[in-house]
Amino acid sequence: MRLKISISIIVIIFVLVFLIFYKGLKNSNIYIPTMKTETSIPIFNAISFDKNETLSSQKIFDGEKYYLVNIWASWCAPCRDEHIFLMKLSNKKNIEIIGLNYKDKEGNARSFLKELDNPYKKILLDKDGTIAIEWGAYGVPESFLIHKNVIIKRIVGPINNTSYQKIKEIIK
Amino acid sequence: MVNLIGYNSLVISSLISILIVFFSIKNFRDIKLIDTKIISLVFLQFFLVVVSFFCLIISFIKSDFSNETVFNHSHTTTPLFYKISGTWGNHEGSLLLWLLVLTLFIFLFLLKSNDQPKQYRILTLLFQQIIIIGFSIFLIKTSNPFNFIFPVPKEGLGLNPILQDPALAIHPPILYLGYVGSSIIFSSALAATTLNGISKKWAHHIKNWVLVSWIFLTIGISLGSIWAYYELGWGGFWFWDPVENVSLMPWLALTTLFHCILVLEKRFMLNSWVVILSISTFTLSMCGTFLVRSGILNSVHTFANDPDRGMFILIFLFTLIFLSLFIFFFFNKFENQKINSFFMLSKETSILINNWFMMYFLSVVLIGTIYPIFLEVVTSEKISVGPPFYHKLIIPFLVPFLFAMAIGPNLKWIKSDIRNKKYLVLFLIISFLLSFLIIRSLEINFLINTILVTSAFYLFFVTSKDFLSNKFKNISQNLAHFSFSMLILSILFNNIFSTEIITNLKIGETFEGKELKIKFESVDQKNEQNYNSFIGNFKIEDHNGVIDFLKPELRIYNQPNIVTSEADIKTNLFTDKFITINLVQNQEYFNVRYQIKPFMILIWFSALLMGISGILSIYKKRYET
Repeated sequence: MRLKISISIIVIIFVLVFLIFYKGLKNSNIYIPTMKTETSIPIFNAISFDKNETLSSQKIFDGEKYYLVNIWASWCAPCRDEHIFLMKLSNKKNIEIIGLNYKDKEGNARSFLKELDNPYKKILLDKDGTIAIEWGAYGVPESFLIHKNVIIKRIVGPINNTSYQKIKEIIK
Repeated sequence: MVNLIGYNSLVISSLISILIVFFSIKNFRDIKLIDTKIISLVFLQFFLVVVSFFCLIISFIKSDFSNETVFNHSHTTTPLFYKISGTWGNHEGSLLLWLLVLTLFIFLFLLKSNDQPKQYRILTLLFQQIIIIGFSIFLIKTSNPFNFIFPVPKEGLGLNPILQDPALAIHPPILYLGYVGSSIIFSSALAATTLNGISKKWAHHIKNWVLVSWIFLTIGISLGSIWAYYELGWGGFWFWDPVENVSLMPWLALTTLFHCILVLEKRFMLNSWVVILSISTFTLSMCGTFLVRSGILNSVHTFANDPDRGMFILIFLFTLIFLSLFIFFFFNKFENQKINSFFMLSKETSILINNWFMMYFLSVVLIGTIYPIFLEVVTSEKISVGPPFYHKLIIPFLVPFLFAMAIGPNLKWIKSDIRNKKYLVLFLIISFLLSFLIIRSLEINFLINTILVTSAFYLFFVTSKDFLSNKFKNISQNLAHFSFSMLILSILFNNIFSTEIITNLKIGETFEGKELKIKFESVDQKNEQNYNSFIGNFKIEDHNGVIDFLKPELRIYNQPNIVTSEADIKTNLFTDKFITINLVQNQEYFNVRYQIKPFMILIWFSALLMGISGILSIYKKRYET
């Protein structure tokens, strides 16, 4: 009798361990640190896309408006997916979209915009990717919603309908 | 071509398993003698795996990038030595090595076990074949080392530079010999339990296998630790990293098992202990493979992140666990132990106490390693368990453990008194006074450190006295215990007396501390075959005016593009001077870490001495009575 009980207990324990390991394997192991929001924007200087002038971050974001910094590149496929939402947003009055062209060739970037239209008020160049690092970006595409020099929302990956609706609500 | 031979011989070798199983079952009840066909088949299987392994080595030497494994882990500029060691420096190749050792060991087992009952040998072979079949399927299905790539790439991705190191080139094979050696113990314990053959004779026969695994595991762990010390540049030798822990757990189980087997051999006691420990040693090794290879743990040196592989090992591991549980509960004769056969003061009691302590340490390590996984699954909270956890839980129990270890070996079997009480007490007083004097002058917690150092000293004195006074009687046991005491003592002093200075220096600058001056004199550049290096020249002057010149190195490997930091270490018997440099991003400063680590060499030395004592023990025919 005692033997039977101990066998069942041990078997149950091992089955539990198995299940937990099993579930652990199914879990994604990619570690994403908690989002850094509500922090002020980094200070940087960047060359603008079309006029070849240097802009400082203070100048770009000095208005009372909302700004959406969108990191993009012509070689990035998901950027095409989010483009339609960027176009929709560019028609709204109280938001300015600032593009950060990440590690891209100028010609390719131009034809990308020609093909899909240009949602950006200003486009900054980030040839070597250092400005994206300053922002703490994970990759392309990525967007930061800014109000009064503070990052209030951050979207890792392409903007989709859900995040588009959220942005719309915030800037209302 | 070579790939094809390698792959096919691997497949054929796994098919041979089926033949072996078939003939073994046929032979099981048949005749008295073991069928020679079986032995030839086992040899053939081993031979084919060797062929397959050599094919992989040749692919690596030839830099044949049509092989995916070679492409991922080699490069034309990798030096020849590391091309070869790259063979087992990756998931696929290392599993092939596992299989190689598995087949080698069962072949050796069959050769060496002539005096054992035939049925027992065949059953062991059968259990071992289950493991071999499992690993073959795993290898061929999920991690085939001979995958083709087409079109053939011109260059490989290169071997991870931190693996390009002599200690690490031999560390995996040696560790595997230890891990896989435990598979023989596992199979044989299961076979003996099934046939009700756990006996003094069996204990005597399996003891050497336990010792062999133990020796390889001990040396393997030490090598890994030495590598971590000078290559990772963190200035420590043990980080309680999950990967280290999974090698420590089988070691603890194996050490305990060895002591139990001694009792079994002498007194025919602790049978269940022996069986359970034999099972758990191997399952812990397997569990280690699972944790490291499945990517379930995020550790510094996780090999491969592939849930499919993890799932396979997980299912295989639990199949083995349930199989062995079944055998244990249904076949094991639970000894009806007469209480009076255990006396309070006897060798077997002290070994039993030692067992419980070891089991405690084992469970601490086990919990520390897998609890984070459990917590994450249940509550999706991420925690990381570090040295403080292990220190807090292990150190208090180390004290009685060390005392028991000092007194235990001096007891006799069955029933005993404490002999030579005088010197035991004398040593206690001496150790206490010594540690009192040492700890008093330091600014650390007085009570706990004094007690800890006292117990370590005590073990050290008692074992050194045993070691010296017994001449060559019991030399292996005395040496093993002596070197263990030395290990503990050096680790303690290393912890207590280490000092560290971390600072940022430009070329030409000098750091002036209370005790010493560090001058960063210049930087040399050197170009090697597969890396460029910056070598810093440092002049270190301590308060006694002793001057050392140290040259830490930064290596920038070209394939893959990784920076590694090579420590420069000045070693002598009593202390290591350890310096590393690192680049500070976008600045002309270098981050300089200078450490004085006493007794490092003694830590390695005593760990290796423990391994040597094991070897001695194999050569020694008889044990004490």
